[in-house]
Amino acid sequence: MNNKERMELAQWASNFAIKKGATESAIAISRSRSVQVEVREQKLETIRESTENSLSLQIYRNNKYSGHSTNNLNKRQLETFISEAVEATQYLSPDEDRVLPDPSLYPVDMSKDLKLVDPGHANVTPEFRVQTSMETEQLLRQGHPDILSATARFNDNTGEGVRVHSNGFAGEWASTFFGTSASVSIMDAGARPLGSFWAGQRFLKNLPGSDEVAKRALEITIKQLGQEKIASGRYTMILDNRIAAGLLSRLFQPMSARNIQQKNSFLDGMLGKSIGSEHLTIIDNPLIVGGMASRHFDNEGIASQKRTLIEKGVLNSYLIDNYYGRKLGMTPNGGSTSNILMAYGNRNQKQIIKAQNKAILVTSFNGGNANSTTGDFSFGISGQLIENGRIVKAVNEMNISGNFKNLWNQLIETGNDPYPYSSAQTPTLVFSGVDFSGL
Amino acid sequence: MNKEFNRRDFLKTGGIAVAGGILLPSMLTGCFSGPGATSPLSYQLNDYLNHFGVTQKMIMDVIAEGLSRGGDYCDLYFQHNISNTVALEDNMVNRAFSNVSFGVGIRVISGEQTGYSFTEDITLNSMKSAARTAANIASSSAHMKVMPLAEKQLPNYYKINTPWEEVSINDKIPFLQYTNDKVFSLNPAIVKTNVSFSDQTSYILFANSKGIIACDYQPMSSLNTSCVAEKNGQREQNGFGSSGRNDVSFFDQANLDRIAKEAVESTMILFEAVAPRAGEMPVVLAAGSSGILLHEAIGHGMEADFNRRNESIFSDKIGKKVAESFVSIVDDGTTLNNRGAINMDDEGNDVKQTYMVEDGILTSYLHDRISAKHYGVEPTGNGRRESFRHMPLPRMRNTYMLNGPHKREEIIESVKYGIFAESFTNGQVRIGPGDFTFYVKQGYLIENGRMTRPIKDVNIIGNGPRVLQDIVMVADDIEMSEGGWTCGKGGQGVPASMGQPTVKVSKITVGGVNA
Repeated sequence: MNNKERMELAQWASNFAIKKGATESAIAISRSRSVQVEVREQKLETIRESTENSLSLQIYRNNKYSGHSTNNLNKRQLETFISEAVEATQYLSPDEDRVLPDPSLYPVDMSKDLKLVDPGHANVTPEFRVQTSMETEQLLRQGHPDILSATARFNDNTGEGVRVHSNGFAGEWASTFFGTSASVSIMDAGARPLGSFWAGQRFLKNLPGSDEVAKRALEITIKQLGQEKIASGRYTMILDNRIAAGLLSRLFQPMSARNIQQKNSFLDGMLGKSIGSEHLTIIDNPLIVGGMASRHFDNEGIASQKRTLIEKGVLNSYLIDNYYGRKLGMTPNGGSTSNILMAYGNRNQKQIIKAQNKAILVTSFNGGNANSTTGDFSFGISGQLIENGRIVKAVNEMNISGNFKNLWNQLIETGNDPYPYSSAQTPTLVFSGVDFSGL
Repeated sequence: MNKEFNRRDFLKTGGIAVAGGILLPSMLTGCFSGPGATSPLSYQLNDYLNHFGVTQKMIMDVIAEGLSRGGDYCDLYFQHNISNTVALEDNMVNRAFSNVSFGVGIRVISGEQTGYSFTEDITLNSMKSAARTAANIASSSAHMKVMPLAEKQLPNYYKINTPWEEVSINDKIPFLQYTNDKVFSLNPAIVKTNVSFSDQTSYILFANSKGIIACDYQPMSSLNTSCVAEKNGQREQNGFGSSGRNDVSFFDQANLDRIAKEAVESTMILFEAVAPRAGEMPVVLAAGSSGILLHEAIGHGMEADFNRRNESIFSDKIGKKVAESFVSIVDDGTTLNNRGAINMDDEGNDVKQTYMVEDGILTSYLHDRISAKHYGVEPTGNGRRESFRHMPLPRMRNTYMLNGPHKREEIIESVKYGIFAESFTNGQVRIGPGDFTFYVKQGYLIENGRMTRPIKDVNIIGNGPRVLQDIVMVADDIEMSEGGWTCGKGGQGVPASMGQPTVKVSKITVGGVNA
């Protein structure tokens, strides 16, 4: 099935739902194909190939709402599926805000090519995937005398799909994705630190080569040797650019319209107010050409637009989907984020480290959680202790704890080194006075 | 309302008068060839073959195709999964969701190498094509014989009386409304409540090149309640949920009352919470969900794939003393109706009670078929997968510690300053270094042998082998967690459970504030 045929099926499904009694309907149909290979000890450890189909359906029946999905696209069987979905919806409570987005929110022009498909994907052969992983694994093994285990992986995906809304929206998309990763574990006096490096890209040519992937995985692992916990205390925290996105995503949760409306957010009432230091600027841009999370419309059909979510510490915008936007009386702007950019500083991580008297460089999170209602957080970490501008010791088995209301005000610097292999291009972040617990 | 629960009266409290609305379950008969009026609980092997539209001959042909490149093992995992969720927000049951997935996964093993493919189109041609893809992991002229299929009879660790397909959306809506009303009635400070009810049914047909064919019906259900309360301008949110391989009779009035009460109490107590000191201190783990300690501190590290690759901190510790002699830790797929209970594992092996630690000695890893062969031991029934789209890996089921010689009271009395950890949201481990964490949503400070002020939102981090050594007291009050735990590994989530008696760890690092 191609997107033209999917579009026809989606139009049919949408009309069929209306015929069965739905007031409005939204249909998305997609297919994704992926191949993953994993190499260990110069042998192919696993190969996994998959092709998945999906049809998802949203039914609005006199302001009653339900959502359904299936991987069975047979038209006759879909008739039963859709009929039952429409039937079941009538037993729910009506809610006046359960309607499709207003058509004015849909994209007007989707002609710009966002370059989300690598035409070279068709030339990726099984031999190439295996060969690339073999090379990476070989380089890992040569990187240290005490290697216990080394694994290299390569995966690629293609996806395409359509979305149709009964009130006038029809859109399609297609994408490619390539990922490469390496993990290595090294013997270290009883402990067996394992480090991994992972990179993803839409275009194969932008993916780092085997040598860089192996080198980065080895560096990450070797830096863990001898790690131990150190004294509890308040330290400057330097957050590695590879993992800063993990902390940032915890700030997006309380920004969601749902959490605002459900009184589940410490950012309720903070629109237009300062929630962080002047170094905190966050931009969501879904229209970057070739961007990892670029798109013309989101999963509600709402037109993509560049948004400055936080500017110099001031909260400019919530993440507003259609339903909760209506509940809050706010214009929906899309409930999810896409490509994340920040305001970048003037120094890279090396220069930042050099300038510290005493700090902890956090390179990995280990569990923990954050409370979006109150802003409280507590995360396990590992990384390196920095003294007088140099890394002096590997640390692990420590926690950082505090409250986001304070933490983002303690952001004192952002690096000039956005991480290139993810949709969140976060730089190295520096926070003052963070509570670390260890010994 | 009477103490004696009356279902008819109870349904009325929902205010829904209509009958007969069924959320998708008739997909079973509507879409796929099935045995019609027979209850799915009494399905026999032939019903499953009909359900998936296959014959034993077709299955053997596909297995033969899988072995055509010289692989030494092949299995087929057919699955039809139906899940439904109904949810309440702002006092209205105003959303419902469902998902149906259907397909077969085909795996070929050659030594320790795995080829995996699946198809959502269960026809002979599609299955053979997928089998050829998986077959490519091998390249040898050897030809393994396909054994004739013989049905493997399974025990039943999740006996239920009513299949979820026979429970209509109208039967579920009153659970949500009742729970919501109960929550609001318990405390005027509650300003928001969310209640969601989910059920899931999985039909599984398994066959392999060793001649095993077996079928299983796996039910699951959960009810989760969360609430937000406001007091003096401050807001707190928390909740409670109950999940297991239960049928609708589990959700009686007493259980709904209990879930509502737990949700409200666990929220209100957060207003009184203080932050503990940062650093190492004694930690007492309450009986029940604190089994998360075992799941993270030892369970993952004992999964045999990490060990056969030498990546786990437990790789060289089998047969060694790792804890006090009163510490025994098992992983068990047979505990009735728990989330991790399974009648067979997802590669056709019997499920057991597996001792990871017996009387303080590290005893057994948790094996899948590949690792059991690697170590030359019997499989332990831990080969599990998220769905037909995924290959099996060694995974935990229900992990718990057996009772010990101490009493809860004496454990608390023995602590001068420390914390009592009561409820948890999540945990994680780094397999190689062995440092693991779990997040304490709520607990208490222990000061001079007494539980004093509540605490909230602190992460605890420790090292697996060291924490095992530091378990200094174990009480005799084991409880299993009823939380809806899903364990993640290699991009796959599987349901699991855990349990523990009250346990004291002499020192572990607690996230907190520095004076």
